[in-house]
Amino acid sequence: METEFTDLLCIGAGLAGERVAVEAAAAGFETICLSIVPPRRSHSSAAQGGMQASLGNCAKGDGDCPDVHFEDTVKGSDWGCDQEVARLFVDTAPKAVREMAFWGIPWNRVVAGKSTYFKGGKKFEKVELKEKEGLITARDFGGTAKWRTCYTSDGTGHTLLYTMDNKVVEMGVKVQDRMEAISLIHNGEVCMGAIARCLKTGRLKAYLAKATLIATGGYGKIYRESTNAVINDGSGAIMALDTGIVPLGNPEAIQFHPTGIVPTNILVTEGCRGDGGTLLDVDQKRFMAKYEPEKEELASRDVVSRWMTHHIREGHGVKSPYGDHLWLDIRHLGEKHIKTKLREVEEICNNFLGVDPITQLIPVRPAQHYSMGGVRTNKDGAAYGLKGVFSAGEAACWDMHGFNRLGGNSLAETIVAGKIVGEKVAEFLKGYEVQWDTACVRDAATKVQDRIDRLVSGRDGHENVYEVRNAMQDELMDRVSIFRNGTDLQTAVDNLQVIYERSRKVGLRSSGVGASPELALALKIQGMLRVALCVAYGALQRTESRGCHAREDFEARNDQDWLNRTLATWKEGDTLPTLNYEPATQVTILPPGSRGYGVCKIIGCDGEVIGE
Amino acid sequence: MKFNIFRYNPEDRDSTPHTDVFYLEETDSMTLFIVLSKIREEQDPSLQFDFCCRAGICGSCAMIINGRPGLACKTLTKELPAEVTLMPLPIFKLIGDLSVDTGTWFRAMNEKVGSWVHTDKTLDPDAEEERMDNALAEEIYELERCLECGCCVASCGTANMREDFMGAVALNRIARFMLDPRDKRKEKEYFQVIGTDEGIFGCMGLLACEDVCPKNLPLQDQLGILRRKMGWSAVKQLFRFG
Repeated sequence: METEFTDLLCIGAGLAGERVAVEAAAAGFETICLSIVPPRRSHSSAAQGGMQASLGNCAKGDGDCPDVHFEDTVKGSDWGCDQEVARLFVDTAPKAVREMAFWGIPWNRVVAGKSTYFKGGKKFEKVELKEKEGLITARDFGGTAKWRTCYTSDGTGHTLLYTMDNKVVEMGVKVQDRMEAISLIHNGEVCMGAIARCLKTGRLKAYLAKATLIATGGYGKIYRESTNAVINDGSGAIMALDTGIVPLGNPEAIQFHPTGIVPTNILVTEGCRGDGGTLLDVDQKRFMAKYEPEKEELASRDVVSRWMTHHIREGHGVKSPYGDHLWLDIRHLGEKHIKTKLREVEEICNNFLGVDPITQLIPVRPAQHYSMGGVRTNKDGAAYGLKGVFSAGEAACWDMHGFNRLGGNSLAETIVAGKIVGEKVAEFLKGYEVQWDTACVRDAATKVQDRIDRLVSGRDGHENVYEVRNAMQDELMDRVSIFRNGTDLQTAVDNLQVIYERSRKVGLRSSGVGASPELALALKIQGMLRVALCVAYGALQRTESRGCHAREDFEARNDQDWLNRTLATWKEGDTLPTLNYEPATQVTILPPGSRGYGVCKIIGCDGEVIGE
Repeated sequence: MKFNIFRYNPEDRDSTPHTDVFYLEETDSMTLFIVLSKIREEQDPSLQFDFCCRAGICGSCAMIINGRPGLACKTLTKELPAEVTLMPLPIFKLIGDLSVDTGTWFRAMNEKVGSWVHTDKTLDPDAEEERMDNALAEEIYELERCLECGCCVASCGTANMREDFMGAVALNRIARFMLDPRDKRKEKEYFQVIGTDEGIFGCMGLLACEDVCPKNLPLQDQLGILRRKMGWSAVKQLFRFG
């Protein structure tokens, strides 16, 4: 088998993976990025609205600073985040944005003078200062006290990813695209790289690396209705779980974005509401102001998604062949604004819906969007349990998002965590030597080859991999969604265990020769089911409501019993994950309290009940 | 609907290039993403094609749709006739069926044009960012919207005749950095990259690139501007050194 040696192996070449690679390469370490698609097609490119950094340049961002950003982030997380990490993040974000400007991002800039903006459908005026002209500007996003989201129109992820990959090209960092890592090579204590499968030829290859970074993005594609790209199937989480040692943090923390378009679940940015767009019901009436008098459409995503679902359940949804939905209205923002600041939205609506958002309403409904959980790491990005494994970006549970991520904080996380974890990886690599254990490499490779042989020969059975995947996606969508309850969650866990058994009996219908998309999925399907079971079982056990995890049978946030983080590992041969818990944060800078939006019922640390 | 799809798996010794025919019932709001996924999942799991974002953002799914390059994910079946022929993009190396290797091609292109901000400045991490006029930022963004999908290259008369032609995508990239004051390259340096038949002077002006660009980039204008600038640059150099 072909084998390649390197100092750092980055699995994933989206924003987080490439940012870590750049940092390690700048420190003089040999770095290889693996990517299942050409790097510029990574899902980072689809992030639209922007990234948060408290520059405070624009009029509505006046007085902003890392402290305010910190408070917004912790409240957004519903106190589920690691506050030390959140602090590190908000302090570094402004530097990271400026660094990206230096590398070539055409950030939108402050234009001095009077201008108008919309909030809640009404027009207001603001004056931008002359002395701030030409500095990086920002737009409004949900759950923030200030306008803090830096942007390039609504293609911010695209420009960030292109600029980052430009840097990678400039530095000569190797990227091997269409190369999919399948499993980590390790001896139970130290990781030595990964076995990967080439998606051009189907051949296996071993990468022996002193440090291995998991930056594979989220696992949204375990859900049926997701804004995620088809590649976001959780391959990083699967590899971590497969070790039996590295835990997933808070797998049950799944974000639903309020504005997926119906029926295709393509995202339209939160920037629509940030820029003054409103949500309307079947009577074309606003409803968010009734539920959230303070934040209205710009409460955090978990809260807005819940109210939308609630409003539809109350019978105010718009009927359609694809189920009930609501409307997003950005007509009043005007043609000029939409054609310069919301260009992707305009294209998506016209292309996929035949709707012109300048004159027509956009049909929207919450859709799965983001995995707050992921490979649990410490604040340096080092994974728990296995030396030499790091993780960053959506793949990781670093954990600055807790139980709800604020819009604009994920793009920011990719480059901020990428920078910080990159520095830590470089520190780790200095003077670090690893003993290549050839037996470990052989065992890892043999295991993958054996799985391939079994799938191709149909030795384990003839289950259709697509039917198994669909069954899993339906189960999560129907029972582990925006609102959750014990009965449904227990049913979901039971059903997923049955589907897991089916996934072990998958056999290919095609020959499996070459790239073979069917084989690629079949190699992952058991792992996807294990991740799905972590999500469902983690949700079943967490008997409280926090952020996106809303239990109808346990409506209060319970800081007395659940101010903690789920750690899920998977022991070989088991049919359920093993769950352990750790305190949400070691350092408490902002003590638990009310978020200022959403239903406020809290069982305090001392057991006292606050709110209705 | 009837779909004629090019098939060939170079990794399979028994495979030869041919066309397979598939039939599918059309549904409401159906795109080629839905069509191809359905065919793979329900009829032929060996069918190779590329999708990623499925929202017209990432550029993965460019292919030849009834003779014209385009992004499959944003092509609605209701805009197509009842019989559709799908071919892989030419010029790029075939991986299998409708899947081609754009990654290698674009990495080489980005290296060739030096697709990054060239500067001798070093960043002061604590300093305020350099200022930029918002109108200029928007102008740069306009050209930065390219997806590297490969449609302009596949449709280009010159690129189809000569392998070394850089294509509109590369020329547009150069135009983007020429606009950017952070890039300190001089006109002469840009000339060295694109002032040849492989570059701007290879363009025959057929402008299919502009017609097929899924992002509607102003390629015609940019090619015109570059040709004029590089033409002048050539004349200047002739007099300086002649």
